[in-house]
Parts: sequence; structure tokens; C-alpha cells
Amino acid sequence: MSFVWRRLLGTVPSLIGVVVVTFLLSHALPGDPAAYFAGPAANATSIAQIRAKLGLDRSLPVQFLQYIVDLVHGNLGNSLTTGQPVLTDLIQRLPASIELTFFALAFAVVIAIPMGVWAATRPDSLADHFCRATVSVAAAFPTFFVGLLLVYVFYFLLGVAPEPVGRLNEILYTPPARVTGMYTVDSLISGDWQTFLASLAQLVLPAISLGLFALAPIARITRASMLQALGSDFTRTARAGGLPRSKILVTYAFRNALLPVSNVLGMVFSFLLGSNVLIEQVYGWQGIGAYAVTAVLASDYAAVQGFVLMMAVLYVLLNLLVDLLGTMIDPRVRFES
Amino acid sequence: MTGQLQIDRLSLVFRTRHGAVRALEDVSLSIERGEILGVVGESGSGKSVLAYAVIGLQDPAAEVLGGRILFGGLDMLAASEQARADVRGRELAMIFQSPRTALNPIRKVGRQIEDILRQHANVSSGELRRHAINALARVRIPDPERRYHAYPFELSGGMCQRVMIAMALACSPFLLIADEPTTGLDVTTQAVIMDLIRDLSRSARMSTLLITHDLGLAGEYCDRIAVMHAGHVVEVASVEKLLDHPAHPYTQQLLGATPTPQSTIEGLTAIPGQLPDLRHDLPACRFSARCARRVAACEERPLPWVSIGPDHLVRCQVPL
Repeated sequence: MSFVWRRLLGTVPSLIGVVVVTFLLSHALPGDPAAYFAGPAANATSIAQIRAKLGLDRSLPVQFLQYIVDLVHGNLGNSLTTGQPVLTDLIQRLPASIELTFFALAFAVVIAIPMGVWAATRPDSLADHFCRATVSVAAAFPTFFVGLLLVYVFYFLLGVAPEPVGRLNEILYTPPARVTGMYTVDSLISGDWQTFLASLAQLVLPAISLGLFALAPIARITRASMLQALGSDFTRTARAGGLPRSKILVTYAFRNALLPVSNVLGMVFSFLLGSNVLIEQVYGWQGIGAYAVTAVLASDYAAVQGFVLMMAVLYVLLNLLVDLLGTMIDPRVRFES
Repeated sequence: MTGQLQIDRLSLVFRTRHGAVRALEDVSLSIERGEILGVVGESGSGKSVLAYAVIGLQDPAAEVLGGRILFGGLDMLAASEQARADVRGRELAMIFQSPRTALNPIRKVGRQIEDILRQHANVSSGELRRHAINALARVRIPDPERRYHAYPFELSGGMCQRVMIAMALACSPFLLIADEPTTGLDVTTQAVIMDLIRDLSRSARMSTLLITHDLGLAGEYCDRIAVMHAGHVVEVASVEKLLDHPAHPYTQQLLGATPTPQSTIEGLTAIPGQLPDLRHDLPACRFSARCARRVAACEERPLPWVSIGPDHLVRCQVPL
């Protein structure tokens, strides 16, 4: 348990860095939020008034201190575009993005890990080259392009996919009562199978477009670490002991290969969370990515700051989770720190 | 004579990008029940290749050109992979050098022994643990109940090698192949491990094939010694005959290069030259280029086996 606390404590410096950088970055954004907020009919006096009201006329250090005080109180400011507290906006929209990212990652894992294992058991064979070529091509196309292509083929031409109108076609279905904010989970909790299937159907195309990109890193690290484990001395010992092939492959090789794989999975997950920005635009997904794009276009400081801060915190927490997973996989990790 | 293990005229090459490496040529050896046979030679002489060929774990690039390996009644080279896997770990076991990396780093050592037992021994799953702890106790690991739960990184190198031996002997095999089992261990641990191997093989009438580059070690623990050079077995004899009356010039020079408690650094001699490149055309006697006693007959094929006395064979035209 002390291990968890130590790792948590270790995240403090990075969080401080994140707070400083988000504050400075959002002030470097072009555009004047006071002018935007005042509207097109405003004159110089009313803009100055609004600037004073928002605290934007004070010096940067003072603004920063104010920002810290607000953060401590859980106040991320109000969004200029939605008029709601940024924290409320983010909490409302985050589950949509998490859900999408999770399904994308699940798709990638289910394809890429068996592929990597398969390739590692036959290095330099035709199968190996085929796997490598497939994942490279999948990673080579821009995410939004793949998204548009899939919509065109599966919705427009073939008509097998539902209309890309976001998380649920709300003309036909009512969103489930909010528990986690993830439609698939919430509809299962309320036992509404139809809504569950409908929201799952909406997830398929965006999750695939997002997940295709993740195939390459996962398949490669799986192949590389499996090759290493299969060539190791302890695999030789297992073979010398006459253990069956399946046992050698799973208990001896794959479990040892899992540690690097889990590290990469953590990185890929946070990367996918960031890539949501593009996919959510294509599929009309009401997640934090779409929110961030709108905020940047509107010079909405508070919303942008809140978004970046939340992503950074998520990233730190995710890394913590990966570390904890690592200690479960490999007993040596517990003793290193 | 039908031994526990009989190797008949085994020839093996490695197909590499830079040509075929003739790693073993016409290797014949046999081990009796309960006997400890040492295979010595410098690095690259083919000792380990021989060991891996016997247990059937040779590199995928290896190709057996001819010969037979008979283990018990089983023709190891002709047998199916399934039949070989069945023998491995049960009747034929192997321990390796660098025991720490030879154990699965993220699995408790007790569980690793259980894996072998579950595969080969007729032990119910409730009994597995007791058998694994017994196996640890047999190799004189103190406090075996506690060590059962240890991971390899929590144990010393010597302890890890004991665990390896416990694993190898868990199913009471007929033959143990020990590939440089004490390389990388300190001298005291080396003696403890070798004593352990000798005692266990004596008490169970188990045969042991000891692969080592250390002629001194082989002389101390083996019944017979086979000397290898560049993929050939050049001399086989009982320990006393080999150490006192070496018949092959290479054996003699190897003895001259082996430190003993009595020898000084000046008293040691180096063997001139190096191992020939096994990819090129080789003379009938692969030692001839390094040999001071070379005569014209050394070029003649085949290289003969000369019997010097009972149980003493040498492959040399002009033995000492």
C-alpha cells in the first residue's frame, strides 16, 4: 500500500508543472476573450469593463495566483460558450470520450495482441510480414480520414451502420438514467437491452477508426517482447522440462511479455484520448474532444485550461494505474522503489 | 554394450547465412547406468551442441546429417516431438549455466517445480505442493516451505542452481545433462553443487552427462571423460587413465593448461593456435594444424579410433 502512496506523491511535481504550463499556454492563445464575450456590438469601454470583471486586466502573476486559489476550490471557471461551470461541462462529457476510447482500445487489443503473439511464434515467416504490413497500413492513414471512409462505406453505401449522429439516435431511443455517464454501462444497469445495443452500434465505427491507429504499437511491442521471452533461458528450461507448448507460450512467455505490453497500453490509451478530438468531430460525438475544439475556436480560456488540466491529470492517474498493474504482473517491480 | 545413452556417429551442421558450420562430426559416446561422464573441451568445441542434440533442443538452424541417439530404447532423432517432450523432464533432464536467468523470473520457484510434476508425475493436485517442497528439501535447501514461495530474484545464484536441480530431479530421471552447471558460481558454491549432483546421481543410480570446460572439475567428479575438439571426440577414457596417461596430444596440452594446486603460473602452458573455422574444408584430423606430432598419415580419411587399452580410445594416428 505504501507503494501506492509513494507513486501518488511522485505525481505532485508533474501536476504542478502541468498547472503552470496550462495557465501560460492558454494566455498565449491568439484572440481576446473579453472582446469575444462582449459580443459584436460592444465598444472599447464595455470591453474594458468585461476585461476587469474577468480579472484579465491584472498582471499575469496575480491572475495565476487567482487561478490556483480557484483550482483548490474546485472552480475551473465558467465556460464562455456554454455559460456553465467548466467542471460541470467536463464531468458531463468525459464519460462519452472514455467510453469511446475504451472501446477503441479494446478493439485494438483484441486484434493486435493475438497478432503479435502469432507473428512472434513464426518470426520472418509470411504471416509475420503480413501482420507487420497490415498494422503499418492501418496506422498510416489519418484518423479522421479513416472515420469518414468508414461512414461512407458502411453507412452511406452499405447501410449496415447506424446514422453517425453521436452516441445515440435520440429520436428513436432515450438515453439511460445517468449513473456512470457511459451509455453502454448505464443501459445495462437499467436493464434496457435495446438502448444498450443501439449505443453499442453507434460505438462500432468511431471505435474502429480510433483503434486502427493503436494496432501498430501494440502489435509491435507484443511481437518484440514475445520474441524476447520465447528466446529466453527460462523458456528453454520449460522446454527441457517437457512442458506442453500451450503452457510454455502462456504461463512462461506471454506473462513475461505482459509488462512491456501493459506499459505501452497505458501510453496508447492516453494517446487515443487525445485523438478523440478528431473522431468526435466526424461522428458528432458529444465528448470532451469536441468540447475542446469549440473552446479553442472561441478563445474560451477557462474551458481550454480545464480540458488540458483534466487530460494531464488523467494521464498521471493512468500511469499510476499502469504502474500498479506492473506490480501485479512482475514481483520484482515492487522491490525496485 | 548397451548404455543408458548411446550416441552413434552423430554428425550435425548449422546452416547459416555464411555457410554450413560443421559443429559435430562422427561423435560416438555412451553412458552406463549410474555413471558420470564428463565432456570437456574449449569453447566452441561442440560440447553444448552435443548436449542440446541429446535432449532435442537444438537451434532451428541445426541439421543432423547422420547418426543415432539412443536413449533407453528410444531413438531420439527419429521419435516424434510428442514422444520426445514426454521423455524430457521425466526420464531425461537438463540443468544449465546461469541458473538465475534459467528460472522464470515472475513465477514462484515452487510453482515452477509443480509445473514439471503436474506434467509428468502421477501426483494429484492436492499433493503437488508437498512433492515440490520435498524436491526442494532433497537438494538441501534450508527451510524449503518458505523457499517454495520465493521468486528467483530473491535467491542467490547457488540457491537458484539448487532449485534447477530440484526441478530436474523432481521426476527421478535416468539421465541428467548438466551444461556447465557451476560456471558463474563461486568456488565454494561450485563444490557444494557438484557434491550434490554426485551424491544424488549415486544414490539414485542416475547417469550424468557433465559438460564443462574445466578439466580439473571433470577429473574430480567424473567416472569417465570424453575430450572434444572442434566437433570431434578425440579421446575417451576413465578419469585415472586420461589424467595420468593422456594419449591424444590435445588432451596432453589441455592438461598442461589446467591449473592445479601445485602448479605455478609459469608451469601452465597455452595451447598454440586456435580452433579451425568449421565452415571451411577441414582436414581429417581437425587438430593437425595445432599439433606438433603431425605426420603425413594425419591427412588420411577416415580418422581411426585407436584402442590404447581397455576402455581407452583415442582418435589419433600417432598417439602418445
